[in-house]
Amino acid sequence: MSVAAPWDAERAREIIAAHLGLEGPALPILHALQHEFGHVPEAAVPQLAEALNISRAEMHGVVTFYHDFKREPQGRHVLKICRAESCQSMGAEKMARDFLARLKLDWGETTPDGALTVEAIYCLGLCSHSPSAMYDKEPIGRVDGVRLDELAEEAKSA
Amino acid sequence: MTKIYIPRDMAALAMGAKRVLAAVQKEIAARGLDVEIVRNGSRGMLWLEPLVEVETPAGRVGYGPVKPSDVASLFEAGFLAGGAHPLSIGKVEAHPYFARQRRVTFQRCGVIDPVSFAEYTAHGGYKGLDRAFSIGPEATVAEIAASGLRGRGGAGFPTGIKWKTVADCPAGKKYVVVNADEGDSGTFADRMIMEGDPLSLIEGMTICAFAIGADKGYIYLRAEYPIAAEIIEEALIAARAAGALGKNVRGYNLSFDIELRMGAGAYVCGEETSLLESLEGKRGIVRAKPPLPAHVGLFGKPTVVNNVLSMATAPMILADGGAAYHALGMERSRGTIPLQIAGNVKYAGLCEVPFGLKLGEIVNDIGGGTLSGRPVRAVQVGGPLGAYVPVSLFDTPFDYEAYTKVDSLIGHGGLVVFDDTVDMSWMARFGMEFCAIESCGKCTPCRIGSTRGVETIDKIRAGENVAANIELLKDLCQTMKLGSLCALGGFAPYPVESALRHFPEDFHKPALEAAAE
Repeated sequence: MSVAAPWDAERAREIIAAHLGLEGPALPILHALQHEFGHVPEAAVPQLAEALNISRAEMHGVVTFYHDFKREPQGRHVLKICRAESCQSMGAEKMARDFLARLKLDWGETTPDGALTVEAIYCLGLCSHSPSAMYDKEPIGRVDGVRLDELAEEAKSA
Repeated sequence: MTKIYIPRDMAALAMGAKRVLAAVQKEIAARGLDVEIVRNGSRGMLWLEPLVEVETPAGRVGYGPVKPSDVASLFEAGFLAGGAHPLSIGKVEAHPYFARQRRVTFQRCGVIDPVSFAEYTAHGGYKGLDRAFSIGPEATVAEIAASGLRGRGGAGFPTGIKWKTVADCPAGKKYVVVNADEGDSGTFADRMIMEGDPLSLIEGMTICAFAIGADKGYIYLRAEYPIAAEIIEEALIAARAAGALGKNVRGYNLSFDIELRMGAGAYVCGEETSLLESLEGKRGIVRAKPPLPAHVGLFGKPTVVNNVLSMATAPMILADGGAAYHALGMERSRGTIPLQIAGNVKYAGLCEVPFGLKLGEIVNDIGGGTLSGRPVRAVQVGGPLGAYVPVSLFDTPFDYEAYTKVDSLIGHGGLVVFDDTVDMSWMARFGMEFCAIESCGKCTPCRIGSTRGVETIDKIRAGENVAANIELLKDLCQTMKLGSLCALGGFAPYPVESALRHFPEDFHKPALEAAAE
């Protein structure tokens, strides 16, 4: 996974400016900021609000509405485990609960060493190979507890 | 030159297609062979992924599911000439799963290189748009209307009426928007088209733009589909390079281009008005209707919002005529429906058939029953807002109205099979929990009702005042159904009520047993 850059207000300004020609540019900008900094830092909100000519409160509302825009830095790797019905039909709920218990994490939390964030996701469209997961950008079908443990180990070393 | 097909469909990748590709490339290099590898979409026989195909004089022969460790033995068995091997399925199109289908929307999916403009046109692509140009916008809308095509996103609204409404709006800025926020569990048809035949979507949008007088289109794609995003971007580049997007599309007096926009993990943005808000850069909060998006849509302009499948079917309807599509199907459900059979099922995949198949045929004959080998107990049809259908209703034909009659919906055509280990009161609780997580918060029945629903089901599961709490839950479901602004709150009761109706025993566990859990 690409390493997130530290916050840089000037860089943020460039990213915002590069998208202002789009119709309704807020989401493309937020995606680009998150891609650069690994999350959408609080400091970006007033900048964005000014550029889009809306209030900070409105901008805050937009950022916080979407599950994917993170307000805090994430782990070096992100593992998303599907909790939706199809995966549940193949035992995903227990598999995920046991895995989280082994890592002593709750959904959305990161391991203390900053290696791995585990998130719930609601459908990856891999319902033919439930249970499914996504490790960074790699989709995984027919995942099981053993594979999840391997991924947690892998995350530590890279 | 011999051609090998290795899918880049996300499901194939999830089952190791990338490693298989690397192993095949290594063998080709080691053996000094002259072979072309095409990265196709999936044929829909997903339990066979990664399905590697080889072009032979007799047709395409398939091998699957292939593991990287199988690759050397495939070469040794002479698979480049269609040689025998334990993983061989023979000629792909003669496979029983494939042979029983009627491929219309998915006619090219898995067959061609999805980002090759030349292959797309060689397989009938752009015949639809060219015909639209020759018959004019009004007749184009009339063909769509004559086909009987209904919105495949779930609501089933007649596509022709939607297009006509926007076409009838005074000339000016109009938009074509594709809803590619396929969030329903058990569905992946949109993803497969976008990864396997994205140019059909692009052509469909262009036909729509011509019919209604729009010059700009958006595809709103869910962030959970990164592979589809890559492939669509490549297809857009290919279409622009071929003059099929931009100024003077295919030499005709039409200017139209498409922009891909990514969602950000909000399920409710699959609701069309919420999607429009999101495209505008706002919170994805549902709008009250009326006004309809057809009149006041994106940035307040008349807008067609269609599901991926509806739009990707338009080229065929124009090419072959609305009557040809209308000839398929039953009653008021015309044409084909790409069924997505998923969950605990042996032969999971996508199967495009005319409307009308019985649920039992779909689950048992096509799907082969459960993967676990245990008896089927319930099938959730139509996504997380769809009902749980018991085996006793397996005679129900796949048709919009027939499902409405048994208090269910067909939604986007997804089916999730559960075996007899499923706890239906837990699934009902999950339905409410999901609604609580994903509610946009605008209307009270959905925002508060879903949370109260979770709490009430928890009480029932704990054996607390069971009869009274079930009554309360039913009442709450009624309120949500009748009082919610959109389908999220309005349909979230379907899984709950159907679980209560068909599987009451799961809600009446003795208090002691419940307490022990």
